Amino acid sequence: MSEDDERQQSPPSDLDFVSTKARNCNATGSGSAYPDQVLNNVLENVLHFLTSKRDRNAASLVCKSWYRVEALTRSELLIGNCYAVSPARVTARFARVRALHLKGKPRFADFNLMPPDWGAHFNPWALAMAKAYPWLEKVHLKRMSVTDDDLVTLAELFLGFKELSLVCCDGFGTGGLAIFVNKCRQLKVLDLIDSEVTDDDTDWISCFPEGESHLESLIFDCVECHVNFEALERLVARSPSLKKLRLNRYVSIEQLYRLMIRAPQLTHLGTGSFSPSEIAGQGDQEPDYVNAFAACKSLVCLSGFREIIPDYLPAIYPVCANLTSLNFSYANITAEQLKPIISKCHKLEVFWVLDSICDEGLQAVAVTCKELRELRVFPVDAREDSDGLVSDVGLRAISEGCRKLQSILYFCQQMTNAAVIAMSKNCPDLVVFRLCIMGRRRADHVTGEPMDDGFGAIVMNCKKLTRLAVSGLLTDKAFDYIGRHGKLIRTLSVAFAGDSDIGLKYVLEGCPQLQKLEIRDSPFGDAALRSGLHHYYNMRFLWMSSCSLTRHGCQEIAHAMPHLVVEVIRSADEEEMDTAAEILYMYRSLEGPRTDVPKFVTIL
Amino acid sequence: MAFEKDFNLDATELRLGLPGTSEESEKQASTTLRISNKRAMTDMNEDSSVAADKKCDQETAPPTKAQVVGWPPIRSYRKNSLQTKKTEAETCGMYVKVSMDGAPYLRKIDLKMYKGYPELLKALEDMFKFKVGKYSEREGYNGSEFVPTYEDKDGDLMLVGDVPWGMFINSCKRLRIMKGSEARGLRCVV
Repeated sequence: MSEDDERQQSPPSDLDFVSTKARNCNATGSGSAYPDQVLNNVLENVLHFLTSKRDRNAASLVCKSWYRVEALTRSELLIGNCYAVSPARVTARFARVRALHLKGKPRFADFNLMPPDWGAHFNPWALAMAKAYPWLEKVHLKRMSVTDDDLVTLAELFLGFKELSLVCCDGFGTGGLAIFVNKCRQLKVLDLIDSEVTDDDTDWISCFPEGESHLESLIFDCVECHVNFEALERLVARSPSLKKLRLNRYVSIEQLYRLMIRAPQLTHLGTGSFSPSEIAGQGDQEPDYVNAFAACKSLVCLSGFREIIPDYLPAIYPVCANLTSLNFSYANITAEQLKPIISKCHKLEVFWVLDSICDEGLQAVAVTCKELRELRVFPVDAREDSDGLVSDVGLRAISEGCRKLQSILYFCQQMTNAAVIAMSKNCPDLVVFRLCIMGRRRADHVTGEPMDDGFGAIVMNCKKLTRLAVSGLLTDKAFDYIGRHGKLIRTLSVAFAGDSDIGLKYVLEGCPQLQKLEIRDSPFGDAALRSGLHHYYNMRFLWMSSCSLTRHGCQEIAHAMPHLVVEVIRSADEEEMDTAAEILYMYRSLEGPRTDVPKFVTIL
Repeated sequence: MAFEKDFNLDATELRLGLPGTSEESEKQASTTLRISNKRAMTDMNEDSSVAADKKCDQETAPPTKAQVVGWPPIRSYRKNSLQTKKTEAETCGMYVKVSMDGAPYLRKIDLKMYKGYPELLKALEDMFKFKVGKYSEREGYNGSEFVPTYEDKDGDLMLVGDVPWGMFINSCKRLRIMKGSEARGLRCVV
């Protein structure tokens, strides 16, 4: 699971020993071949309608026959950990895969907690897929290392390739992109999201083939290099199906205008810099930006504003009433600048914003956005001692105004239990609650108490909660609450929290649905680790860094659980024989230790 | 109404000190964050005082907590994006030419190196070996042969010190140290 989507996790499809049971039971009609064939055909037709991974996994466990037919008909593969299963095993089981979703590194790698070049290479998958599924159309990768060669493979070996989505990936550059876009004649979707793209000084936009393009989505807001604007404009002009376009910060507002008037059918727009290019003089005639926005009658999702000049904000007024998603998380704007916009956004369901709007801005959101489902408030100044711009006041205001809230990510410097408790009561539909009090181990700033009760109230009152991230001063009591009441929790993030082993024990013993557990800088040791032995095969992974683990403790786990890969990762300068386990990353796998292990990783 | 905040009445307040010096506004400004905003005049004063203050804080404030790796948990891309604006602005430098009547060649200085008028004038005095005299809003610079002036965005010749520091560094295109006799007609016409 990712920080972006909260699809229901399903029983593991990657654990063979469960389905071996299924293999041993016989299908009906063991007599002549014909009944079997009929059954298989019927099954195939019926199973064709099953799309959810959960349903398919369940169907595959019924019996041998169903397992086989399901494997023949599954067209979309979701692999939550690229090391849990090998490409060979996958291609052996599934015959007709059209779409592959693959995830690599654990989330904490995003925050530089993992040394670079740890792994998660797409390459072996690309090659295996090319042999087994030449009709593959869609590839969605998250936190994988993708090389230019891999992009070339996708373009050259998959003839009808249609959709590529790279989220939080790295390892490739504009050179690879150029070849990819040039050779994928059927390309509909190219989404580069939060990925690191090397600037190879290649004009990749010009490499799209001439003639009408099938492009429906082109997202490149993370690409940190200039694009050939004239080529981009021509591309947009010849892409009548284009619905999603997210530009990078090198596109000026004048250029945005030119693109918008060519693509009024857009539903999703990332505006690029949203400021004029330096060349534009002050006296020049300015394009009618308001008109350009007014012409986009289908626009529902707006983002970008990477270098915003707030004077231009009024241009978006015409689309506000229809917006369901607005991302201002790169726009350093004040409450006053936000108010005229947000007061028009009655339909808004997703809102990402910087804390520069302060509590006052959040209050304005609460007044208007009654349909809000997801809120993310990011810090302008991401340091733990920076001045807090939003606080418990803003959180409380949101909880009172946005009763339908399902997902929240909130960065702040200080918080109170009372505000968190209020949210737990006002927003019973919360599925995701992530509060990041940036000052480590900070107590309730009014009462001086730990934040235990606040998080306790969240797990008690929000009965649908599946994802939780905790922060602030927390004792083992908080974990007791989580273990007792967080029965649906699948993902838990812990940092600088807890007093002793018992905290982790509460969680491992109390949360049966736990899939992903990431912990840093908390006083949990080997004894706590042992208390999860009964559960680790049900989890996708466990990450523990800068805790109190020893190599010996991790070794014990490795011995006890053969299908678990136990990686001890050290920083580059650490000694090989260190007794402390600086980073533990362990995950279930059918394959045993991976063969592409870098020097700083030891698999126990 | 909100507008009152934007007028920055402090800047136009009659004071004996040189413009740009105000302890209060410096302290307050340190809580605002940098806004790389080329246009909004109202923000400019806070913007530049913050710029100056960041340096000031670093010298006088207690050392900030050592930052922990990966905390707070913000993706590098996001951190860098917001920081790029800061560092681009910080490392760019605001170089303007400085000429002095009678001197054979010009100099160049980086306006961003100075926190306010006092530092700037001191630097000019050192560079060109002259004394600047006492500033008053009513009478300009008194008691000196030389007067610091500058050419602004509109091409007009202005007296250094009349406008708030932030506005000054954003509108100053070049500096000229004039002979006092020529500068007599130059007053702030606000």
